[in-house]
Amino acid sequence: MGKILQLKAKLIYNKRVSGRYLHLAVEAPKIANVAKPGQFIEVRVSDGLEPFLRRPFSVHSIRGGQIEILYEVFGRGTEVLSQRKPEESLDIIGPLGNGFDYKPQATGHRLQVLVAGGMGVAPLTFLAERLKKLQAPCLSGRQASSKLQALVLIGAKTKKEILCEKEFQNLGCEVKIATDDGSRGFKGYVSNLLIKVLSTVDCRQSTIYACGPKPMLKEIARVSKKYNIPAQISLEEHMACGIGACLGCVVNTKNGYQRVCKEGPVFDAEKIIW
Amino acid sequence: MKTGLTINIGKLKLKNPVMVASGTFGYAEEFRDFMDLRKLGAVVTKTITLNPRKGNLPPRTCETPAGMLNSIGLENPGLEAFINEKLPILRKIGIPIIVSIASEDTPEEFIELTRHLEKIKEVAAIELNISCPNIKSPQSTVQSRQKSRGPWTVDRRQMISQDPKATYEVVKSVRKVTNKTLITKLSPNVTDITEIALAAKAAGSDCIALVNTITGMCVDIETRRPKIAAATGGLSGPAIRPVAIRMIWEAYQKVKIPIIGMGGIIDTLSALEFFIAGATAISIGTGNFINPKVSVEIIEGIKKYLVKNKIKDIKELVGSLKE
Repeated sequence: MGKILQLKAKLIYNKRVSGRYLHLAVEAPKIANVAKPGQFIEVRVSDGLEPFLRRPFSVHSIRGGQIEILYEVFGRGTEVLSQRKPEESLDIIGPLGNGFDYKPQATGHRLQVLVAGGMGVAPLTFLAERLKKLQAPCLSGRQASSKLQALVLIGAKTKKEILCEKEFQNLGCEVKIATDDGSRGFKGYVSNLLIKVLSTVDCRQSTIYACGPKPMLKEIARVSKKYNIPAQISLEEHMACGIGACLGCVVNTKNGYQRVCKEGPVFDAEKIIW
Repeated sequence: MKTGLTINIGKLKLKNPVMVASGTFGYAEEFRDFMDLRKLGAVVTKTITLNPRKGNLPPRTCETPAGMLNSIGLENPGLEAFINEKLPILRKIGIPIIVSIASEDTPEEFIELTRHLEKIKEVAAIELNISCPNIKSPQSTVQSRQKSRGPWTVDRRQMISQDPKATYEVVKSVRKVTNKTLITKLSPNVTDITEIALAAKAAGSDCIALVNTITGMCVDIETRRPKIAAATGGLSGPAIRPVAIRMIWEAYQKVKIPIIGMGGIIDTLSALEFFIAGATAISIGTGNFINPKVSVEIIEGIKKYLVKNKIKDIKELVGSLKE
């Protein structure tokens, strides 16, 4: 594993995307150059004591030397972060954790299925960027079977909460939408949409990459087992240190408790004990 | 001007009085990327038990105002794996290694752990963690070697360090099997810290470490459940600092053995408070989570403070509180 850096990064922008969602970029080439999809950074959102702990955010995208994160204003930490202004410096640590294992030569798989629930799109856009870099046309249903293909399933409560659809399309991915209320696309959970997709597409050599709420990931793990398709899931847990020291963010696995911040956040779905 | 930073605790001689607290620094390898570990006065390991411990159910931590609550439950690989896997890495750093130990069921485990560690040259000192709020305390009866004292018991909900007699017995029994420097880490969850500190001293502890975490609890108002799975946990961070300072000040006046002060140190200013209140050395705990290299920044900060105030030696600062 590469070196972990702690540095003061200049905030480039911190702008609202829609509703409670914000898009932030910091200048941090040393981390940007080495970060891998699925890895995260720990941000000290304020220099004061409140909020006290750092906050973990998945790397959403890398552009040049800039690291982008996508976040939802959800609690005190993200509220304070949303007030931070361009030109200010942010104390960040990264890159942290183990990301997705997506090298096609390593897996031998072709169709890449990316499944995002809500904010779960955040790390998957970065994964899609890197899949594209691997010369993948990111198009499902294309005949060129030797080439890498990617299909993105995005789940949200309503059509208003759908994030990153354009970003994925611009990368050449085919995008399918599921909403809980049926206001767009498939009506129901994105995991149900996944079942529908898997029953119509030849997925024998596929890999599923998923990020989202825990119940969704649990369902993905079940589906992945049923269809015998490997799934890599990115978990989220309350973190205190984010660097593997405190043992606070553990998840129960077939190998015992493992740290989400160190052995994770990406795990093979089959290894998790739900 | 050259400033003196060396301090002595029992047989232990430290090049500076700044160490990192048990449970907040892993086994040091997690911090290698952030700093030159050789600059630290000493490193205190995550607490080791005789057998591997899985630890408590997650969620194990939650944030609190100016602090956090944890109930890790002493997850650790056990003595054997510690010696084979962690110690070789720690040894390479070349700074004093203080091994924190705890018992799971019976206090005899302290004796057995110490017997093993006694043989290892690189173990500079042993810290007795008799103040972890997150494991069930020893319930079984220990037959003290001194039959006149008779058997003693500790209530399941109680920590050893909440009982002066139990504290005395454990420290005494460990003292008998080691010549290494012995540090006893005490809990702030007591009515009178001096009573416990005196018991540790009387039993032969070279030093006391003050304070472990304060037992606390947080409630999720949506689910109406405790925020951490174990319901209660140990509160740490700047929120507990005034309590730690007060207890160190109280203990300093009555117990004439060195005190390692800790509890909410996050910068040089907060570190200095501890020395003035009576700490010979300090330990950085939760502060490592906020700023992983804070310990080395504090060493530099202390040097600057001493120079600025024309203090030749850190020892002059210890207990220098004015009336």
